[in-house]
Amino acid sequence: MRFLNRSAGRLSRHRRGRFAGLAVLLVALLVTGGAYAALAPAGQAEQSQDNAELVEQGRELFLVGCSTCHGQNGEGVLDVNGNQLGPSLQGVGGAAVDFQVGTGRMPMVQPGQQNPRKSVAYSDDETAALAAFVQSLAPGPDVPDESDYDPSSIYELPEDERDAAINRGQQIFLTNCTACHNFNGRGGAMPRGGYAPTLRGVSDKHIYEAMLTGPSQMDVFSDGNIPPENKREVIAFLETLQEQPQQGGFSLGGLGPVGEGLYVWVVGIGGLVGFAVWIAAHTTRTKKGKETA
Amino acid sequence: MSDQSNLPASGDGAGHSRVPEPLEDQDVAPGLPAHVWRPTDVDPKAEKRAERQVAALFIFSMVCAVLFVVAYFSFEIGREIDTFLGFGASNLFLGLTLGLGMLAIGVGVIQWARKLMSDVEIAELRHPAASSEEDRETTLKALTAGLDESGIGRRPLIRNTLLGALAFAGVPLVVALRDLGPRNMSASRLEKTFWMEGMYIVRDVLGTRINRADLEIGDLLNGEPEGLVPNSEGHLPAPIGPNGQELRPALDHEQLLIEKVKSAVIVLRMSPGDIVRNPDRENWDVDGIVCYSKICTHVGCPIALNEQQTHHLLCPCHQSTFDLADSGKVVFGPAGHSLPQMHLAADDEGYLYAMGDFDEPVGPSYWERG
Amino acid sequence: MSTTSKVADTNGGTAARSGKPSKVGAAANWADERLGLAGLAKKNLRKVFPDHWSFMLGEIALWSFVVLLVTGVFLTFWFNPSMTEIEYQGSYAPLRGSYISEAFNSSLHISFDVRGGLLLRQMHHWAAHLFIGSMLIHMMRVFLTGAYRKPREINWVIGVLLLTLGTLEGFTGYSLPDDLLSGTGVRAADGFVKSIPVIGTYGSFLLFGDEFPGHSIIPRLYIIHVLLIPGLILGLIAAHMLLLVYHKHTQWPGPGRTEQNVVGFPMLPVYAAKAGGFFFIVFGATALMGGLMTINPIWMYGPYDPTKVTAGSQPDWYMGWPDGLLRIIPGWTEVSFWGVTLALPVFLTVILMPTLIITFLILYPFIDNWISGDKREHHLLQRPRDTPARTGLMAALVTFYVLALFAGGNDIIAIRLDLSINQITYFLRAAIFLGPILAFWITKRWCISLQRHAKEQALHGYETGIIERSPDGAYSERHLPLPDAKQALIVGRERDQLLELEPAVDKNGVERPHNRKERLRLALNRFWFADNLQPPTAAEIEAAHHHHDGHDGHELEAGAHDDDRDALVKGH
Repeated sequence: MRFLNRSAGRLSRHRRGRFAGLAVLLVALLVTGGAYAALAPAGQAEQSQDNAELVEQGRELFLVGCSTCHGQNGEGVLDVNGNQLGPSLQGVGGAAVDFQVGTGRMPMVQPGQQNPRKSVAYSDDETAALAAFVQSLAPGPDVPDESDYDPSSIYELPEDERDAAINRGQQIFLTNCTACHNFNGRGGAMPRGGYAPTLRGVSDKHIYEAMLTGPSQMDVFSDGNIPPENKREVIAFLETLQEQPQQGGFSLGGLGPVGEGLYVWVVGIGGLVGFAVWIAAHTTRTKKGKETA
Repeated sequence: MSDQSNLPASGDGAGHSRVPEPLEDQDVAPGLPAHVWRPTDVDPKAEKRAERQVAALFIFSMVCAVLFVVAYFSFEIGREIDTFLGFGASNLFLGLTLGLGMLAIGVGVIQWARKLMSDVEIAELRHPAASSEEDRETTLKALTAGLDESGIGRRPLIRNTLLGALAFAGVPLVVALRDLGPRNMSASRLEKTFWMEGMYIVRDVLGTRINRADLEIGDLLNGEPEGLVPNSEGHLPAPIGPNGQELRPALDHEQLLIEKVKSAVIVLRMSPGDIVRNPDRENWDVDGIVCYSKICTHVGCPIALNEQQTHHLLCPCHQSTFDLADSGKVVFGPAGHSLPQMHLAADDEGYLYAMGDFDEPVGPSYWERG
Repeated sequence: MSTTSKVADTNGGTAARSGKPSKVGAAANWADERLGLAGLAKKNLRKVFPDHWSFMLGEIALWSFVVLLVTGVFLTFWFNPSMTEIEYQGSYAPLRGSYISEAFNSSLHISFDVRGGLLLRQMHHWAAHLFIGSMLIHMMRVFLTGAYRKPREINWVIGVLLLTLGTLEGFTGYSLPDDLLSGTGVRAADGFVKSIPVIGTYGSFLLFGDEFPGHSIIPRLYIIHVLLIPGLILGLIAAHMLLLVYHKHTQWPGPGRTEQNVVGFPMLPVYAAKAGGFFFIVFGATALMGGLMTINPIWMYGPYDPTKVTAGSQPDWYMGWPDGLLRIIPGWTEVSFWGVTLALPVFLTVILMPTLIITFLILYPFIDNWISGDKREHHLLQRPRDTPARTGLMAALVTFYVLALFAGGNDIIAIRLDLSINQITYFLRAAIFLGPILAFWITKRWCISLQRHAKEQALHGYETGIIERSPDGAYSERHLPLPDAKQALIVGRERDQLLELEPAVDKNGVERPHNRKERLRLALNRFWFADNLQPPTAAEIEAAHHHHDGHDGHELEAGAHDDDRDALVKGH
């Protein structure tokens, strides 16, 4: 029944309730499978293909799928009114491509301000090729290595150092991220209909890339701004946050007092008024009269 | 069997009467309808069933109370917390057992009232809220007599000085509240912050200085003056200026939050061409790196909700929006004035420091702000 | 088997009889010989309370206050209202090692290291929401049914004070844990106080004991929260209940129910059981909410730090409407002149508006009385439709409140409904003025048409949906008289009385003073009552019945009636 035994290490060693055990198994299978699918082919690809070949493959994909908006050499395209149709990709780096394509944001359905996450259009090999091509146009932040974003090194620290690192991650998160993404990582509203998306269910790599490149309206948190080890601490904090049991019950959307207010009216006041109606309601009646003595 | 026989007998001796016949001015209203019995009133089986139902609820409540105690002692909390379906097991089961146990008592008692207690409506007469004429007269007489004997009407000097004395008696009570506030309540205290010329900007949380080369276009950084971020030992360092001089002694930790409230800044790097040049603020930026107060001028929330491409900074509390490319002007929302900007400079190695305190008060407006 | 002749007010079932009444009697004797309570108890033990679901809304408030007292006392055993900073070493891993205030530390301790602590904390917070929410709907019920009228005006005033104090109590309460959200709220409160012209800056210094945040605010809010305001609330609740008992509860018009009596169930046993049972239900519901629904997860917000903030920084919902107004007022309303600044965007919305609304609510019974010129006592309730203008006024107030509340959640609405914050704000800037006017007008007309419908039914019966064909081929719908209770609700209400303007000069030719005021009063009186339909008189009902009885072939006369449906009424 023990769950959050921090001294015993991470997820795998926790013991949970019987349903939780099943869930962990399921999640573990999915994560392993997903991680394998995400990482293994890319790793093999890097070993088997040399970079020039990858760039060339990326260029071909780019010409077919991206050049309409971004130009044949990623220089950007203006529409007839002189507005930017697709921005220049020179110098944005492979990390930006990996984030945008890897989360399904690119290719876009139509140009617009908000670019929502959707199902991924390119395979991992193709994404890697596209990233290599864009990286070859002009230097920019490249796709990070696993060692950059994987926070497992933090979990292996001695207990107090690990606590301090995760705590620093929370502090950095609260300072830089919660204003838009909310204390719970659930996202928030931005001006003119925009929004900051939820961070729940986003992979460590993509979170790292988002910080590194500042997609769309998000600010950039380059390595000079927040050093890589601190970025990892943020990721470690976010993982810890998501691992926490729901201490208080259902999270009600995790949006703060607005959700709580809605629920107290619908569930609380609504339920109690229902009880009041029941208390005051007349019970069933019978046509039978009472026998008189 | 007449309708009347279903009504309760009159006169239970406690000031109640039978439901009276409708009064004359209500002659259009029909009288009280005949009472209709419930199954539990006329059918002993139904009555027994209801009785068992209520008792079952009370027994269920007892079971819940026992389960509460079991849950209290068997589920661990704290570092070794037990979970159930991803929820904290202790909180979940304590809530469920306490809640269901209490609900069972409530539902049981009410069911008892609804099904088994008499549901024959009875009527009680109302009385006017006012006292009887006689009582009023007696009271008035007593009041007049009392006042007459005091002579308060005939001695205005005593009456007025007494009123004066009572009014003055309140003064010490009010004055004694003065020291709720600090000795110095001058509004000018709100005009100054921790910043001074030559003070380096450091990253919030990390406490490291910022080099102009660290930031790329689009970077946003939350900063503090050096001296307001504790070092790894948890001490506040004394701020050191570009020439190595100590600008001011290290701050007492007690004062940290008070100073932090006013001194937090955001540092943003944008393309220098994006900045709308303000003749009063030539060279306030370093390579397109600008620095503003992080405290909203509306009611003082920290703002860090920035749109990279428009340079619009939005406050998550009340949505005041400021244009950081244009001297922090208000472009939307309830804020009444621009975000104070800081004059930045960089030392020989490229580290950013302030050229002085803000030239206007930071944070929310107040009367003396001018 | 009936025992009605002996024990008048039980159903006479065997179970209702006490096994050994003599023991109860002996105990009662013992107490009475020392306390002399029998005199008081004889009237009140069998005091009659009418039964209607809407009469129990105030009870939700009462019982959630009891839950607040119980859970609150529990929390004070562990809570430490100090702003001294210490290093967190408790069970919540992500915060371990950070420097936090004693207040936040002890709140975390209650949440994670005291068994049942989180449950009680969450119950306390949910109960606070229920307390204020149920006071609001209770107040709306009293308003809409006219239960605040003479002799109950003072009880209405006490109720408004309770609502105000409850809101303040809520604010001081959720500020105590010193987490990021509550600290942001206190930070905003500092801005609110500073916005008060002339004295605002001093107010802020006095409140915080220093520049914000100082070191005193949490201990001060704590003593206000656990002693000052609860004491006042307790006293006012006692007065509220005493007056309720003294005035006796209002009741709906109905068969046998008059202004001179109150018909219902006796305090002992039925009401004691129903009210007592309801306490357990409120307690149980609160416990379920505390066990199942997270509220204010302070550990996620982290400790208060004036440089940090989270998206979705909202106050609890009951403070949401001034916060909403604060969001939609444009910033250009702030003005500076002669070296001073008038922070109107803040002052108008969160200081002045709530003050004005509370003042209006307190004065409402007296304004209402002045408009109607009614000096009588009222114990029969009014159906909302029978006071169209007043119901319209409540609709306008509710519309204003809800729109302002929406404005307070504009960012959440924007992401949830895919809208733009800016567009929502522009829309609400107009809607906050137009919405209430529209709501007033629609509600008033709606009420009047409901009145028309009710009068129709009272006179001619309700439509059964049964179509009959007469021997000569005409079709008609069968109408039946309303059930007695419904009929009484319609015909049992009082008629509205329009004021008449007294002549400008009296009979001696002397001009009357205050003529302008009288004219205003008259205009308001007309606006309030002139459009209302009056209940049918006995004579009208009689006439309607005779009309139906006397004419069998009335469909032939259809053209002679104003209302075709009249002609279709089937006589009986």
